Parts: sequence; structure tokens; C-alpha cells
Amino acid sequence: MGPQQLLEKFNARIEQDIRIEPKDWMPDDYRKTLIRQISQHAHSEIVGMLPEANWITRAPSLKRKAILLAKVQDEAGHGLYLYCAAETLNISRETMIEQLLSGQAKYSSIFNYPTISWADMGAIGWLVDGAAIMNQVPLCRASYGPYARGMVRICKEESFHQRQGYEILLTLCRGSKEQKAMAQDALNRWWWPSLMMFGPNDDQSPHTAQSMKWKIKRFSNDELRQKFVDICKQQADILGITIPDPDLKWNDERGHYDFGEINWGEFWNVVNGNGPCNKERLAAKIKAHEDGAWVREAALVFAAKQKKKNSDKEVKLETV
Amino acid sequence: MDSKPTNIDKSYLADYTLHLADSSLIMGHRLSEWTGHGPMIEQDIAISNIALDLIGQARNFYQYAAEIINLENTEKKITEDDLAYLRDTFEFKNFLITELPNGDWAQTIGKIFFFSTWQFYFYQKLIYSSDKQLSAIADKSLKEVTYHVKWSSDWVMRLGDGTDESRKRLVTAIEYLWPYTGEMFVPAEFESNNEDQVNVDVSSIKKDWHDKVSCVSAEATLALPTNTWMQSGGKKGIHTEHLGYILAEMQYLQRTYPGLEW
Ligand SMILES: [Fe+2]
Ligand SMILES: [Fe+2]
Repeated sequence: MGPQQLLEKFNARIEQDIRIEPKDWMPDDYRKTLIRQISQHAHSEIVGMLPEANWITRAPSLKRKAILLAKVQDEAGHGLYLYCAAETLNISRETMIEQLLSGQAKYSSIFNYPTISWADMGAIGWLVDGAAIMNQVPLCRASYGPYARGMVRICKEESFHQRQGYEILLTLCRGSKEQKAMAQDALNRWWWPSLMMFGPNDDQSPHTAQSMKWKIKRFSNDELRQKFVDICKQQADILGITIPDPDLKWNDERGHYDFGEINWGEFWNVVNGNGPCNKERLAAKIKAHEDGAWVREAALVFAAKQKKKNSDKEVKLETV
Repeated sequence: MDSKPTNIDKSYLADYTLHLADSSLIMGHRLSEWTGHGPMIEQDIAISNIALDLIGQARNFYQYAAEIINLENTEKKITEDDLAYLRDTFEFKNFLITELPNGDWAQTIGKIFFFSTWQFYFYQKLIYSSDKQLSAIADKSLKEVTYHVKWSSDWVMRLGDGTDESRKRLVTAIEYLWPYTGEMFVPAEFESNNEDQVNVDVSSIKKDWHDKVSCVSAEATLALPTNTWMQSGGKKGIHTEHLGYILAEMQYLQRTYPGLEW
């Protein structure tokens, strides 16, 4: 098949909602877009472990400690599936991790904010995992098979993450004055960064149109953000805490909540490395990687020795 | 939990249960410090999983200890969290080895290997305890611990027979940890009376433990330390300097905002 025919066949499959699989021909840009998106997503899961791991040793009850630990461990699992999905596009995990550690690859900038109080574990579960679900549920239908299948598995766990976060806040909001203040403070700090998780406004989002054409993306950034605001407002009302946005109000005509302007200056600053924790997060991952180098090497050398031992045994058996 | 402790000395039983709870909790708590910082994702997941198992075991023991204590406690009923979060260092009865810092990967592996091998032989006997609840917890935990022993043994072999560096680090770790293994086999006061056959004679599992540890070490081409001086005190509440910091961190919210639900 010539290049033109291959492209036509590819387009036809996308058109008919037939999944693209690793062995299928695909345009270079489609491959590159997927690698960028899936690896960024994997990095986000891995870096995203850090702000919550920060509270495992301080969780206020044994039940919360166990739930939080299980949650952070799930995120490691998500990172792993996603690295594997990206590897089917001919890029190695080592290369992706190198790109992360060198600062060349991006991850979700929400994880560059600090977790200062226990209520942040609630706010992250509710808002950050909540926004992730909003972004990821449509990805279960993404045109690339391994990505879509990975997302199905991940989304199941994310909804548990969101529930445990909301439950933390619910407990705090029904608790003492100090606990409720803790919850409000967390909402104040996490609200706007969560809205930024949906990415730039549609007219500023360079990749959206092509990604939608390829059916990697199904909804635009602004559509998803609106849906998120609508749901969160009601959930905040149940908690009895206030979303820190004076412009947030119901618009009967649109059937949605209107909300204030996002501070895109802050967003780009954090993306470009100036968030409160960018340096710490990357430094923590670099340290883990460097401290682990001798461990990985030992495992490789040992495996090679075992392999040699086994093949020596076979040779001996053959010559007997 | 419906099995009620019988006519044995309840404070001994409570202390015994608390000792088991404390060791699992402090070990699990320490291991959870690795979460997010492991040498590779698969191992980050594995060690978090072991931490989670241990915290689960601790919860079972604390819940049972609370039940025993509450039998005599007519005022406010205590909970698993009161026991974990509102006792001070001198009341904790965990083995010293569990509170030692994680150090590098070799030191952590050594800790898990020594401790989980002890748990492995210990739970196999605790299953036969006349106390039904302890027996049930042992039965459930044994499945988990069997995996912890396998996982850590595999790492002992990898590090011992891996590179020069990994071997050197493991040797250093084992030398550091060795003096903390002795107290695991010396009965404390709360386990000295065993007429009711509730507890395990820990001195009786020393040989199995030593054989297993020697065997894995030999496969890893390592010799075990020959020094026999052993530290002790954990079960009596006399700890290393490390435990105070663990508790300060772990108990901080419960101590700062007393009496609240979380
Ligand atoms: Fe995730
Ligand atoms: Fe999550």
C-alpha cells in the first residue's frame, strides 16, 4: 500500500470508530501526539504521588492512613500502565523517565502546589482526582487501543479516589470549627489550580482541534471545565464551604454556572517551572532515581548471572 | 469479633496483643516512607503493598486489644486509634528493629527480611493459640507474610550476589541490624506465663528463623555476623531515639486537635 492509501485507511478507521492498535500503520503526528499525551499523563501519576505521600506518615487515623497509602499506591500503578501503553508506540520507559527528570517533559502543574494541611488530602481527592476523572472518562473511548483500555482500568480507581477525598472533607466539615476552617482553606488554595487542570481556553489550545479530529479527545477543555464547575458547586454546597470565586453564579439562560476569569499568568508560570514546588518535586524524583541506580544495576547483574548459570546447566545436561 | 477472651489475665493478653500491633504498625509506618521514592515503580508498589499489609495487621490487633481493654473499661470506650495515636514511647512495645530508619534499599530489605521471617514462623504457631481471635488474625496475616518473606529473600539474593556495591551495602546493613534480632526470641513478662496456651513461646522459633536466614544468606553468598551481643528493650517500652520522632510525626494531628473525628 502506498502512503496515500495507508492514510486513507487510517482515516476511515478513525471515522468508523475502529480502534488503532500498535501494529497498525499511523501517521507520524498521531504517534507523536499520543506519546506526548500518554507520557505526560504517566509522569503526572508518578509526580502526583509526592504531594499525597507527604501526608501518609501524618494521617490522623489508621483507617485514613491505610486508605491514603492504597490511593498513592494506585497512582503508581496508573503510572505503570501508562508507561506501558506509551511503550507500544516505540518509546522506552527509560527515555520517558529521562525526559521527565531533565525537565524536558511536562506533567500536570497541579502537583507543583504544596500540601500544607490534612484537608489537602480531601481537596486533592475531591477536586484533583475529580478533574482527572472528568478528563479521563472520555479517554476510555480514545481511538488508540492500549490508551483507551488503560484508561478504563484507571477510571475505576479514580472514582474511589474522588470519593475518599470528598469523604475526608465531609468529615472535617461536620467536625469542629478548626476542622471546617481547614477544609475551607484547602478549597481556597486548590480551587483555581484545579480549574487550570483542564488546560488553556479552547481558543488558546493549539492541539485540541487535531486531537478531536483523531478522536483522541472527545470534548474541548472549556466544555469539560464547565461540567466540572457545575458539579463541584453543588458538592461544595453540601459540604457547606464556599468556592473562592465572587463571579460564580447560576446562569439560567445557559443552564450552567458562570465563573470568574482564570489567572492564566499563574498557570503559565507554574507550567514553566515557577510554581511553589516545581523544584522540590523534580528534585525528589531525581533523588529517588539516583539513589536507586545501584539497586537497578544489582538487579540486572544478578539476573544476567542467573541466566548464565541456567544456560551453563543446560550445556552440562546436553553433554552428559 | 465475637470471641471473648476467657479467664486468663486480661492485662497480659492486652499487652501481648499491643506488642504485636505496635511492631506491625511501626514497621508498616516506616516502610510507607518509601512510597513515591522507590528505586523503580514496580518496587515502589511492592513496598507500599507490604506497608499496607502491615498496617492492616496492626489494625486487627489494635481492634482486638481495644476490645479486651474495654471489657474492664466502663467509662469511655477506647478505639484502635486511641491505642495507636495516644500512647507515648514508653508504652509502645514494638521490636526495636521496626523503628530503625529505612536507610538505603539494602537496610530496608534487611529489616523486612529479618522481621517478616520472624513473623512467618511466629504466625505459624499463633494459629494454634487457644485465643480464637489471635488465631484468626495469625491465619489471615500468614498469607501476606509468606509473600513478604519471598519478596525480601529475593532481594537479599539479588543484592548479595549482584554488584560489588550492592553486596557491600547489604553486608553493612546486616551488620547494623543483627544486634536487633535477638530480642525477637526472648519472652517478655507478658508472654512468660503460657498456661492457657494463648501465646507463642518465641524462643522456640529461634532455630527455624536462624536456619532460614542462614540458608538465604548462603545463597546470597553472605556470611552472617558472628557477634552475639544483642540489644533489647523494645517489648518493655525502652526504645531507641528513633521512636519518639516517629510518634511525633504520626500522632501530630490527634495530639494537636484532641478528641475529634477524622
Ligand atoms: Fe491516577
Ligand atoms: Fe487518583
